[in-house]
Amino acid sequence: MSTQIPVTVLTGYLGAGKTTLLNRVLSEDHGKKFAVIVNEFGEIGIDSDLVVGADEEVFEMNNGCICCTVRGDLIRIIGGLLKRKGKFDAILVETTGLADPAPVAQTFFADEDVKRRTKLDSVLTVVDAKHVLQRLADSPEAKDQIAFADIILLNKTDAVSAEELKKVEDKIRALNPFTRIHKTERCNIAIDKILDQGSFDLQRILDIKPHFLPKEEKHDHHGHDHKHDHHHHDHDHKHDHGHDDHDHDAHYHDEDMDSISLSTDKPLNPAKFNDWINDVLAQKGQTILRSKGILNLADAENRYVFQAVHMMSEGAFAGPWPAKDSKKSRMVFIGRDLDFDALKAGFKACEIA
Amino acid sequence: MSNKASNAPLIESMGLSWFADAYTIGAYATPDSRYFVCNFGDGTVRVLDLTNTSDGLKTFEVHKGGALCLSPDFEKGAMLSGGDDGKLVQVKVDGTTEIVADIGRKWVEHVTAADTGYRAYASGKDVFVQGKKKNEEPRKLTHSSSVGGLAINPKGRRLAVSHYDAVSLWWLATKDGTAQELPWKGSHLQVGWSPDGDYVVTAMQENSLHGWRLSDGQHFRMEGYAAKVRALSFVRKGQFLATGGADTVICWPFTGGGPMGKAPQEFGGIMNGPPVTCVLAHPKMDIIAAGFEDGKVIVGQPGSPRVMPIAEPFKDKENSAVSALAWTPDGHRLLAGTENGDIHLVDFRLVP
Repeated sequence: MSTQIPVTVLTGYLGAGKTTLLNRVLSEDHGKKFAVIVNEFGEIGIDSDLVVGADEEVFEMNNGCICCTVRGDLIRIIGGLLKRKGKFDAILVETTGLADPAPVAQTFFADEDVKRRTKLDSVLTVVDAKHVLQRLADSPEAKDQIAFADIILLNKTDAVSAEELKKVEDKIRALNPFTRIHKTERCNIAIDKILDQGSFDLQRILDIKPHFLPKEEKHDHHGHDHKHDHHHHDHDHKHDHGHDDHDHDAHYHDEDMDSISLSTDKPLNPAKFNDWINDVLAQKGQTILRSKGILNLADAENRYVFQAVHMMSEGAFAGPWPAKDSKKSRMVFIGRDLDFDALKAGFKACEIA
Repeated sequence: MSNKASNAPLIESMGLSWFADAYTIGAYATPDSRYFVCNFGDGTVRVLDLTNTSDGLKTFEVHKGGALCLSPDFEKGAMLSGGDDGKLVQVKVDGTTEIVADIGRKWVEHVTAADTGYRAYASGKDVFVQGKKKNEEPRKLTHSSSVGGLAINPKGRRLAVSHYDAVSLWWLATKDGTAQELPWKGSHLQVGWSPDGDYVVTAMQENSLHGWRLSDGQHFRMEGYAAKVRALSFVRKGQFLATGGADTVICWPFTGGGPMGKAPQEFGGIMNGPPVTCVLAHPKMDIIAAGFEDGKVIVGQPGSPRVMPIAEPFKDKENSAVSALAWTPDGHRLLAGTENGDIHLVDFRLVP
């Protein structure tokens, strides 16, 4: 087995601050060498042979399955970069502001060479605190970028009031309660806090209690909030209907973004789990943006780590359980129109009786 | 030959090995069979003088970043090395270099040349064709998607460019004119011509091959691979097409109307073992050299159980896949290079 190089996918709307972050990653002495794949060289201030231009070429694998869209140019570029042994420690892929993050992320599951040599470390989304609510209202891509994110850099916080910032943060949490949010002004955050985090390893992500909004903090007069937060059973489900914004914009629909978290203390039957998750992804993969899990499979010493982007998934055993976790299996789903009851029942049916 | 001799890899008794500590991109012998020239992921080109192997590989720094492709030039004895520094460089065995093209911040990803006096190199969706005349602006051929591979037909007149959803065939001599498209859905990577020039075959992203017969436009699919095929090579008279991508060397019969409806022959490998990553037919005999993902190198014949082991698989070694193979034109020597930078040389005249 080869050493896998961590890859960070950087998303964010135009003007959110991606280029600022890229320039910092390239210029600062943070002890790591990054190969950076950019859309345009234009604003990159560093002339390095580790900065590569991409063509954003999306294609469908497996003869046109829409859920198997990948970035062909990334397969080529990463293949080329990997031939430079030891020249860099990690890869950062910038996507255009309007890009759907799915094909980029799926590339790391779909191509066997890329999969063998790299691992998707995290999807990092830069969000402009001042403009994000407007962006969310008028573009589905902005919503997807937040829903996809393992880490969010909530940037330009100095351009908004504390109250506005709170509103933005709540909005982000409503779309993606599993993400980690860092607040910054000019992307001024220690690079080692956002890159090479092993977010896809889920250790951290699932250790974070989902940030569901306490009901009383929401000034919500219109929406319904189906919150199933039974602390003792650890079943969390948030169904945010998103009419929680003050300006009552008629086009402001969040109502299709669901986040679901499931957990159990009982070991899972590996075959049953495999059948169930494959079935869920095959049937509902189009609407499930991200799913991840750390699982206690029966008779296995180590944690089984699972992750998927739409229909493309991967799973592997990844080290022993930390003592404090007492082998609790957890899964999260982020997507549209997710059926909480069906997922919960399906997951439960995988438990060893 | 004793049993012992036939089971031990040849590299141990009649071979030499070096460690280049960089990804082997390409390897070719010069037409006089005197030198092997290889380029590497660290941007170097290294030359091995077969009349003086004790000196090892002579290293020349050629690309600022990494090398990405290699081809023999039409100028005899010279090689063309393309790199991610945007340069296509002609390299001679004495280390003399000349920049053939500089396309700035883009990568030179594929290169090929023909004795008829043409060079073709690709970057992204563009292919540039250059004739013998110096200072002549290369002809630019643009495609709808990124180029996966280049191959000039055996007569040296026609260029096949594989890309997404099709292979485009261009006549090299015409200054303008459009390409003949061979459509098939999917991402076409490596491309090759049969020795008679009638078949064009591509290895695809989707673990399969696709082929076209130009004389009657018939096309066909060859499937069943566990991995990306990556490598294809026709034996010298075209009876078989040897391919990578499976745990054994898959050889499709191309005699008597092509491979349609016929089962492939195979040799070498271990069932469910590491896949074949590199194949190259011998220039004079119907034998094929094959390299595997674990670093093993063998020589064998389609359908024959007898396989000659050249190099053993590496144990506990990362990135040991064989990434380049080259025969000398006289067929006496074989060179194999790996992703890790191991270089093996075997002289078959020493085989008892």
